[in-house]
Amino acid sequence: MIYLQLFWTYLKIGIFGFGGGYAMLSMIQFEVVDNQGWMTIEEFADIVALSQMTPGPVSINIATFIGYTVGGFWGSMVATAAIVMPSLLLLFFVLRFLFKNKENYIVKTTLSSMKPVIAGLIFVAALMMMNAESFADAGLHGSNISVIICAVSFVATYFAKINPILLIIASGLVGYLVY
Amino acid sequence: MRTVWQLFVTFFNIGAFTLGGGYAMLDMIERAVVDRRHWIGKDEFWDMITIVQMLPGVFAVNTALYTGYKIKGVWGAIAACLGAIIPSIVIILVIAVFFLEYKDNPIVERIFRGIRPCVVALILSPSIKMLINAKVNWKTAISPIATVCLIYFFRVSPVYIIIATIIGSLAFAFYSQNRLNKSKS
Repeated sequence: MIYLQLFWTYLKIGIFGFGGGYAMLSMIQFEVVDNQGWMTIEEFADIVALSQMTPGPVSINIATFIGYTVGGFWGSMVATAAIVMPSLLLLFFVLRFLFKNKENYIVKTTLSSMKPVIAGLIFVAALMMMNAESFADAGLHGSNISVIICAVSFVATYFAKINPILLIIASGLVGYLVY
Repeated sequence: MRTVWQLFVTFFNIGAFTLGGGYAMLDMIERAVVDRRHWIGKDEFWDMITIVQMLPGVFAVNTALYTGYKIKGVWGAIAACLGAIIPSIVIILVIAVFFLEYKDNPIVERIFRGIRPCVVALILSPSIKMLINAKVNWKTAISPIATVCLIYFFRVSPVYIIIATIIGSLAFAFYSQNRLNKSKS
């Protein structure tokens, strides 16, 4: 039952998705590509790119997109509802507890000591996409170009803080011209 | 009722016109609910954001939920949340229909072959920022390295890693609080 699987997959992501959209990416990738085999890693990377270029919360865009790809219109509704639902339920719990304990030592220390793991989670998402299909399928020449695109984009986003959407458009243009 | 509708419209606009996800939306949300509508104070807003940042789930959705709740209770929360996600759903559905239709087109394929390495770079960048932000040194580097190895080589589900991390971090927090209390007394 595809809807049930989509629901359960996205419910897990909504519950355990600490550390923002990028950290969630490795979780989504693991579930959707490795665990369920719903799509290839390349298709996943394409969905991530399109979701980043589209207005609105990127994780919602990805959920809707994957839901649609896997289960059509109702698939997209199920995936999106499932990722939002834990947040809605958590609202009441958090309002009671966390707002009163804003400066709580335990809460603060716990969350700050999770950060290194979250950094690792994000890194894995990038690492998994650096596979042979994305980086070397046209022999040495083609692989060089992907590596160059990746390196230049990294410098552009990390150091020069150039808008990611511009980078995606520019890389697409380069891909169109060289391949 | 009027405020609930206004919340929906406000967040709908933000969802429809902000590119770049949660953190980019934050600025727009502040301008709308603090500066323009005066629904909540600036300090109150940023205090709330500090907490919302710690929560699991989609940051923009959480921000909408808590802002909506603060302003108009449960219905406010639901209206703001729906407003924030409906534009995404509609726009993505349109894009998805076209993408699935044309993804095997040779031109589209060439464009996406160029885009994929760029996506890798766009994900690498925040992971390195996060490492620096977490002040990882040679001693604490073990946890991100273990995370990467467990998922990449041993295909351990990130969900288990998150659960283990929460338990470990909680234990560490209680332990260091105890030590702090002892050294005080």
